[in-house]
Parts: sequence; structure tokens; C-alpha cells
Amino acid sequence: MPVFLLRRLFSSILVLFFAVSLTFLLTRLLPGGPFDREKGGSAKVEQVLQERYKLNGSLWQQYTSYMADLAHLDLRVSTKYRDWSVAEILAQKMPSSLKLGGIAFIIASTLGVLLGAVAAMRRDTPVDWGAMFGALVAISIPSFITGPFLIAIFALWLRWLPVGGWGDVTHLILPAICLSMPYIAYVARLMRNSLLDVLKSDFLRTARAKGLTEAQAVSRHALKVAILPVVTYLGPLAANLLTGSMIVETVFNISGAGSIFVNSIQNRDVFPLCGAVIVYCTLLIVFNLIVDLLYSVLDKRIRLHG
Amino acid sequence: MADAPKTSAVLYRPNGWEIVRRNKPAMISLVFLAVFVVLAFTVPFFLPTALKTTSNGAFLPPLASGVDAPVTHVCGTDKNGQDLFYRLLTGAQVSLGVGIVGAAISLIIGTLYGMISGFLGGRVDALMMRVVDLLYAVPRILFIMIFIAAFDSMFKDWLDGIRLGAQESGWSSVEGAARYLMPYSKIVVMILSLGLVEWLTMARIIRGQVLVLRELTFVTASRAMGQSNWQILRKHLLPNLSTIILTYLTLTIPAVILDESFLSFLGLGIEDPAASWGSLLKDGAQVINPVDSKWWLLAFPAVLMSLSLLALNFLGDGLRDAFDPKSVD
Repeated sequence: MPVFLLRRLFSSILVLFFAVSLTFLLTRLLPGGPFDREKGGSAKVEQVLQERYKLNGSLWQQYTSYMADLAHLDLRVSTKYRDWSVAEILAQKMPSSLKLGGIAFIIASTLGVLLGAVAAMRRDTPVDWGAMFGALVAISIPSFITGPFLIAIFALWLRWLPVGGWGDVTHLILPAICLSMPYIAYVARLMRNSLLDVLKSDFLRTARAKGLTEAQAVSRHALKVAILPVVTYLGPLAANLLTGSMIVETVFNISGAGSIFVNSIQNRDVFPLCGAVIVYCTLLIVFNLIVDLLYSVLDKRIRLHG
Repeated sequence: MADAPKTSAVLYRPNGWEIVRRNKPAMISLVFLAVFVVLAFTVPFFLPTALKTTSNGAFLPPLASGVDAPVTHVCGTDKNGQDLFYRLLTGAQVSLGVGIVGAAISLIIGTLYGMISGFLGGRVDALMMRVVDLLYAVPRILFIMIFIAAFDSMFKDWLDGIRLGAQESGWSSVEGAARYLMPYSKIVVMILSLGLVEWLTMARIIRGQVLVLRELTFVTASRAMGQSNWQILRKHLLPNLSTIILTYLTLTIPAVILDESFLSFLGLGIEDPAASWGSLLKDGAQVINPVDSKWWLLAFPAVLMSLSLLALNFLGDGLRDAFDPKSVD
């Protein structure tokens, strides 16, 4: 176990290092720089700005100096929003994304597992068909369609909920539904297929033979095994949802972290971009580790070794 | 559809095409898509030219008659007085075109990558798959945006060069063509950017299949007959992979369409005067308000896009159930 964790830590740092390097180098290689649209943009002004934001010298020098700063946990300053450090930007934008993404994640995982399990247990009945048809519909309709429609129905027509913005619980309902809908469907489909496989296995036949009802057999024995592929999917999903969704944030007018990626590339604002990539990768690594640990808990046959 | 591959008895259920043909939702989807594609690419030619330009009749509701010309706007008009029905069809051309060509590009890259990785095996395979893992760790939107930014300025510079060159030489038709193509260059940019990003899943799946296939005796036999690696890959492995490739092509098309419309919805993709479902939805979402709802601008593109994506997903699912029974989503 300690060997496993140590090796994992090493490979995680490697992944993080490569991801940040790739992001930094690619963004710096893009045509156009962060100071192109400076007023009275003389070469002198640009040079001064480049020096101030440590973007002077060759690409290699810029890269090594940034990596050195990162090693000292300095995420540097945004070149677009001049008074803001990357740490401040993340601290301001992450909480709303974490909250919304967390709620959407809980909805997607619980509802998805429940729907998938029911569909599998009622295989080839109208319940199953209905659930799977609904799931495919939910996957096919993108969130920038469901979002405006939810707003039109529940906010503008029925006037039950606010149109957008951020504040109390009522502001969370529509975006959380909009964000979680396709993922409920993915999880439900995954769960159904996985449970169908498990229901055919010998140990379930034994469970039924010793007199358990179908519901007991599923809840006591099958679910624990069938949920493994779902858990694998939930790891990256958590990282995805928690770092925010640009679409949902735009549609519901929420200031979250999802916009950092797109806006930073538009503005060639390399440091917030790298900061967001670091957060995303760290979350991905952490949740994949949790997935692996959960695996060994759920299925005792799986041993973690380096 | 009738020419079922005969060599695939070991890995796939032998009558895969039969399974697809008996799958009603998949067949209905196939017919729907075929009819829709044909209509989207032919109907615009038969529409009166008055429908294809901007007019003074902005925000006309569906079935209203035109202000400038005696035409009927079946689906209403948008803020520039453009006929929505015509824009929906040209938007479908762009969205479907980007989806199909983009998916085809990612398919070629993914298949080649996966085949080479799986077939060579060992250290090369390990390295190539670590690269895929690494690319998975960086958000996809990042690469797409970077590719768009790089290609966009490249294409615009290129067209500008042609335009200026033509201007100097006095070729007015070439100059006009270059100027006309400028806003449409974004379509090519989107195809390339999305095609270069979407291949990761395909590479993994193809590699997995090749790992199984290369251990089979017919590969050993062809090697004993003196065939080169490349010949084995092309003549023996590729035909066995064809149904898997077709399946994941069908599932990649809606994914690429979704990405394209996502970017266009944010105003980063297709630009006026070209339209796609995403850019039409963006226009529609901007005008919803409680007082005077211009519902048609949102409802028609939404329904059309959802139906098409649903049909593509049904077809892809049907193909996957038939040819890749082991897959768990």
C-alpha cells in the first residue's frame, strides 16, 4: 500500500508537470501575444510589459523561469486582469463551480445508479425501455438547449425560479438540473449494462437459490460488484463537473471557473490558464486515486500494488 | 449494407448486420438521417433567392409573408430579416459537414495510431498509450481552442495573401472569391481543430482490438508467408476492424457536432454569414424574454438538432450492440 501510494504520487507529479508544460508552451506559441492590443502599442511599451510579467527572453527562458516559480508555489499574475494574481482569481471563481459541480455530481451519481439498477432489474419491460430511451434523449440534447428551455419554462413562464445569477438555493436548482442531466443518463446506461452482466453470474444464482428475493440479492450482492465500472467513470466526471461548465455558467449568468479556460486562451492570458489546468489535473489525479482505493474496498480480490 | 465481412466470426457475432437490421430504432434513425441529409443539401437550391438574403422583415413569426418580396417565411425570420428555414438548412449543412468530416479525420488518426500502437506492442505501445493518457489529462477544450486560434490566423493570412496577390495581378474574380471565402474559412478551421482532438477514444478502442487480433493464427500464418507488417495491418487487420470503425464513426459524429455547436454557441465557432445549429441557437437564446418571446428562433433549431443527434446516437448504439457486444458504454 505505501509503495502504491508513493508510485502514484510520483506518476501524478509527472502528469501534472507534462500537462502544465504543454499548456504553457502551446499557448506561448500561438500567434498574437497578451500585450498586442495595448494602447499606443510601441515596441518599448511591450518590452516593459513583457519584463514586468516575466514573459521576456526566449521561450525556453520563459518556460524555465515559470517552472521555477511554480516549484515555489507561485502561480504568478494575470496579464489581462492586471491587479489579480492567479491564486486570487481561482479563489474567487472556484467556490461557485465547486458548489454547483458538487451538487450536480451527487444528483448524477445517485439518480443515475438508481435508474440504471431499476432498468436492469426490469429488463425488457416498458420501465427499462422508457429509462433507456430517456437516457439517450438526455445524452443527445446539449445543455445549451436544455438551459434556455428550463429558463423559459420555470423562470419566465411559471415564474417559480430565478432566471439566473448566484445567491440562495433557488439559484442552484435550474443550473444543477441542466448540468447533471446528460451525466445521469451516462451513469444510468453504464449501471444498467454492468448490472445485467452481474445478474447472469453464478454467485447471484446461488444467492437466489438460498431464498433471497431479487431485490435482496441485488442490494446485498450484485450492486457492490456492478458499481465498479460506474465508479471508474465517476472519477473523471467529478473532476470535470467541479472545474465548472462554461455553457451552464454563461446560460445562467454565474461567475465560475469554467470560463477561465476559454477566456484565457482568447486573451493569451497564459498564467490563469495554467493555474486552471493545474487545478483540473490535481482534481483528476485525486479522484482517480479515490477510485482505485474504492475498488479495493468494494472488491476484496483487487489488491493495490505498485 | 449487405456485404457482411466474412472473416470476423471469431470476434463478432456472425450476423451483425442482421442484428442492426432488426433494430427498429436504429433503422428508423438511418432512414431519417438519409432523408434529412438529402433534403438539407438539395432543398436550398430550389428556394427563391428572396429567401436567401437579408430583408427588412425582422423577427417575423412563422408562416408570415415577406415584407420585401412575395414569399412565405415557413419558420419565421431572425433579427436581420433572414429566413430561418433557409438558415436552418444551410446550418444543417455546416453542422453535419463539420461532424462528418471532423469525425472522419479523427477516425483516420485514431485508427492509425491505435493500429500501430497495438500491433507493435511492447515499449512503443506503452509509450504511445502514455501519450494518450497524458492528452486525456488536459481538458479537451484547451486543445480545441488552441488549434482554432492557430489555424484561424493561418487561414485568414493565407486568404489575405491570395486576395492581395490577385489584386496586384488584376484578377478580380480570384480576389472576389478570396474575399467571399474569408468568413467561411472558419468552417475548415473547425473541422481541422475538432478532427485533431477527438481521436483519443478511437485510438484506445482500436488498440484494444488489435491486441486481440494480432495473437490470432491468421496473423501468424500471413507472417509465415512473408508478408510485411504493413501488409498484415492493411490486408488482414483493417477488414476485421471495419465494423468497429464504422460504429465509432457513427458515435463520433454527434460528439463532433456537439463540440462545434458548443463553440458556436459561445461565439467562438462558425460566424455570420455562415450558420450552424450552434450559432442559430445562440441567436435564439439571446432573444428569449418574458414579454415578447421569439420562440421560433430557439425552438426550431433546438428540435432539429436534438432529433438529428438522437438519430445518430440511436444508430451508433444499434451498430455497437451488433458489432461490439462486449463494450460497456
